[in-house]
Amino acid sequence: MTLPQTVPIREIREETRTIRTFVLDVRLPQAEPGQFVMLWLPGVDEKPMSIAHPDPLTVTVARVGPFSTALHGRKVGDALGWRGPYGRGFSLPEAGPVLLVSGGCGVGPIYFLAQQAVERGLPTTVALGARTGLDLPYVARFRVLGVELHLATDDGSQGERGYVTELAAHLAERATEPPTLYACGPERMLVVLHRFCREQGISGQLSLERYMKCGFGVCGQCAMDGFLVCQDGPVFDAAQLDGLRDFGAAHRSATGRRLPIR
Amino acid sequence: MDAPAVDLSTILCGVRLPNPTVLASGVLGLSHQVMARVARAGAGGITSKSCSLKPRAGYHNPTILDWGMGLINAVGLSNPGVEVMVEELQAARELLAPQGIPLIASIFAETIYDFGTVARFISPARPDLIEVNVSCPNIDDRYRLMFAADPYVASQVTRRVKLNTDIPVLVKLSPNVTDLSRIAEAVVEAGADGITAINSLGPGIILDVKTLRPLLAHVTGGLSGSAIRPIAVRCVRDIRRAVGEEVPIVATGGVTTGRDVVEMLLVGAAAVGIGSAVAQRGMDVFRQVNEELRAYMVEHGYGRLSDLRGKALPFV
Repeated sequence: MTLPQTVPIREIREETRTIRTFVLDVRLPQAEPGQFVMLWLPGVDEKPMSIAHPDPLTVTVARVGPFSTALHGRKVGDALGWRGPYGRGFSLPEAGPVLLVSGGCGVGPIYFLAQQAVERGLPTTVALGARTGLDLPYVARFRVLGVELHLATDDGSQGERGYVTELAAHLAERATEPPTLYACGPERMLVVLHRFCREQGISGQLSLERYMKCGFGVCGQCAMDGFLVCQDGPVFDAAQLDGLRDFGAAHRSATGRRLPIR
Repeated sequence: MDAPAVDLSTILCGVRLPNPTVLASGVLGLSHQVMARVARAGAGGITSKSCSLKPRAGYHNPTILDWGMGLINAVGLSNPGVEVMVEELQAARELLAPQGIPLIASIFAETIYDFGTVARFISPARPDLIEVNVSCPNIDDRYRLMFAADPYVASQVTRRVKLNTDIPVLVKLSPNVTDLSRIAEAVVEAGADGITAINSLGPGIILDVKTLRPLLAHVTGGLSGSAIRPIAVRCVRDIRRAVGEEVPIVATGGVTTGRDVVEMLLVGAAAVGIGSAVAQRGMDVFRQVNEELRAYMVEHGYGRLSDLRGKALPFV
């Protein structure tokens, strides 16, 4: 049974001027980094959200549209519904270094994965990107975690000036042993990292986002070429994305029409 | 020792299906590559998602939920509209035809007249069959009544579609009516080449008892999956009695295992639709169901689906 269960919001954290973290009063210890829940705002809508922490269930959400704006208006104690976890998450290597790349609000699942990588004793580097220093989430938490943290901002107000993709490429090339790359963020960032992985022969796993209805492989709304992002993804191996028509190019709207990705 | 030869193929309005399992409308039928993937997973036919004249965004989420005994849904007939869908179907046709898997294009409209227009616009994609969805229970008040609720209205829709296409037409009927037999007779008289039955049951309501809110954004939604199968079996029997043997029925509603296919064949089905079972068993459900059906036929000494078809009718 996977009906939405409503639980109170236990805590709300202000990450940046546009990003907030919501901690729900429910434990999801079996969830894996990269998996998502369908988050329900009664009376508003329901959307897929990557899990930033499983126990208690935590999501980190940027204010981008009507749903996230309504979510940002919720207070501690308000009820939210959730169902899941759904989808295929990230999988870490047995050994060897890992390079985790986050753009904007892709930080939630990257933090969850970084925690797991550190627990397993893998050499972990995190590249965190945002438009400005004011838009960088989770910086203090990554520092506490003890990963090698590198920052990039478009305006150079914190860390390197430029895109996080350039930073990530630089870090991967500089590494003595080629790392496995993990990424979550805007699709144009993932396209660049996909190309980088394939050209350099680095194995990579990228977390994608599509409009969803069911979340469990029935409605077909999240179809990307022959893949269902909800079930085959949202995390894909870089090699799986080779030559896809829709990767980096098109997503489906609520009608099911393919629209260009900006 | 060789396994005894069992032939799972069936004929639907002159169209050959290599096996009787058809992907039901509304499930995975949006992208041509995904439709081709379902065919590779073993489906004997593919029905696309219902398409209307203009794009429809449908309702807000939650639209589809698993309530443990099946699914409840109020998607609201979201679709990109016939202009986009005709291209998707064309592409699907190109992928499915070499596999020998027929394509069934589901259509929907808001008026009797528009059903004809959608049928005309979809026909250039050359689907093997057109399925006319007159039976979605998730309709707004402005449509007043489901087209399939009234024999006259259902037959007018059928006539309109038949006037606008030379492709064989299945009419998909609803269980949520008082006299299904009369409606089935009416659409066959109006020219339907076959019948798909049933569409989802209800509608029903599920509440969140903590917030006192309905779980579906649309409040009410149609039920599908195992829970409704006995009703689907009864409806197929009623339709078979009403319209006679020469009108094929695609029996849809809760079919999840090979045993369920046998049950549908026994009350006279030509093929079966499979939808909600994809949630339970994944796309692989088609291969699994066909294997289970084959095992049953081997065990009981049946060589062809026609050996089973309608064989329980004298008892029901």
